[in-house]
Amino acid sequence: MLIIPCPHCGPRPENEFRYSGEAHVVRPADPETLDDAALAELLYMRSNPKGRHAERWRHIHGCGWFFNCIRDTVTDRIERTYPAGTAP
Amino acid sequence: MKFSLRTLFTQGLSGHTGWGPQWRTPEPKPEYDAIIVGGGGHGLATAYYLAAEHGVRNVAVLEKGWLGGGNTGRNTTIIRSNYLWDESAAIYEHAVKLWEGLSQELNYNVMYSPRGVMMLAHTIHDVQVFKRHVHANRLNGIDNEWLTPGEAREFCPPLNISANVRYPILGAALQRRGGTARHDAVAWGYARGASARGVDIIQNCEVTGINRDAAGAVTGVETSRGTIRSRKIGVVAAGHTSVLMGMAGVRMPLESYPLQALVSEPVKPVFPCVVMSNTIHAYISQSDKGELVIGAGTDAYTSYSQAGGLHIAAHTLDAICEMFPMFRRMRMLRNWGGIVDVTPDRSPIIGKTPVPGLFVNCGWGTGGFKATPGSGHVFAATIARDDPHPIAAPFTLERFRTGRLIDEAAAAAVAH
Repeated sequence: MLIIPCPHCGPRPENEFRYSGEAHVVRPADPETLDDAALAELLYMRSNPKGRHAERWRHIHGCGWFFNCIRDTVTDRIERTYPAGTAP
Repeated sequence: MKFSLRTLFTQGLSGHTGWGPQWRTPEPKPEYDAIIVGGGGHGLATAYYLAAEHGVRNVAVLEKGWLGGGNTGRNTTIIRSNYLWDESAAIYEHAVKLWEGLSQELNYNVMYSPRGVMMLAHTIHDVQVFKRHVHANRLNGIDNEWLTPGEAREFCPPLNISANVRYPILGAALQRRGGTARHDAVAWGYARGASARGVDIIQNCEVTGINRDAAGAVTGVETSRGTIRSRKIGVVAAGHTSVLMGMAGVRMPLESYPLQALVSEPVKPVFPCVVMSNTIHAYISQSDKGELVIGAGTDAYTSYSQAGGLHIAAHTLDAICEMFPMFRRMRMLRNWGGIVDVTPDRSPIIGKTPVPGLFVNCGWGTGGFKATPGSGHVFAATIARDDPHPIAAPFTLERFRTGRLIDEAAAAAVAH
């Protein structure tokens, strides 16, 4: 089980959190103007890297906040976490 | 060498010293008509059917580790075809039909055992979904039947159908033609058949790059054993598909998750069938060696670690002990993880890609083993003809752009 440092509550066990997928997938301001390929990219395509991964977690059994996390997907070691909406 | 009673007898006379390797170990040639990246069951089956059915024999299978060392050797070997949507039912049923004759076709005992797969319903929602599946499957000519709790226990006597448990059993869907097969034998049988027809199986050969010409078409691969040229490349790399496709600049709708399984100490035959409970994340059968083979769920987060959290396996064992109280004192021998590539609609991707000459077969998620023969069969046809096989046609990468998803995520009640 991962120990995840919530930026608001400090280190807590993984089962207090919900994984929320890749971070920094930006929803466009006017999605109705996107063509099918751009929508597919936004909705479905994921970088799924082997190595350093920026991802979102939500502390559902704690503060309830979403935040971002940099984790290595080979070792599962967490490099750092930072509040949602800030740059990596 | 053909396996038969006569060969066994003559080998016995010479003290079983004459059995040779079952496939060749050649040095890679500089060029092939087709290269399959990934020496698991799906990749080896693809190479086998390319050679056996399409006459494409100048083929290499490149495997970075050893044959069947990835998910082929790590799964719980469950075979069934009772999927909801017509497209899924078609491909999984195609596979089951091939399973039924596979040992004879390959002249290699893959130990396909149609002992019945029973899927348990624990909630009213499960009951409604499974009954819908039973009806949909019958319309597609696939056997699947509804059992009451009493009938379920009759089929699987160790099952606890008491109402005094956290998730009481309200019924079950049973596919009698479902069952298991021996995972290693599947990889080895296809490797042997492919090798005998001229396919070069090259282990310890990791693909590190995909080469393309000025027009963008593939020209070959860079590997840990040098450059190998080919105008057709099929990527069949399960959890590592995103990494490989990235080498050709293709982004995939995939996320890779660890999926765990575990085995117990071996015991005498006690468990007659396969039981799956998607609602409480437990899959169980007994191998011919006597071990209970138990499948757990995926971890919450993407990872390539091939391990997975212990709490996931513990959660599954809680469920097993509640459903089968007689296993409460069993000891577990080993647990491990495999990396499964999961698509947004939980259906596979089989076919062509935006890169000319590059084909992909991936996205089998948590349930690829059952499809091994069917997947290889339709993918080989797709590569050989440069045109999707009719059964593979709905499973294109294009569907994420057109919106024609095959949404088994909600439909199959498969634990993801």
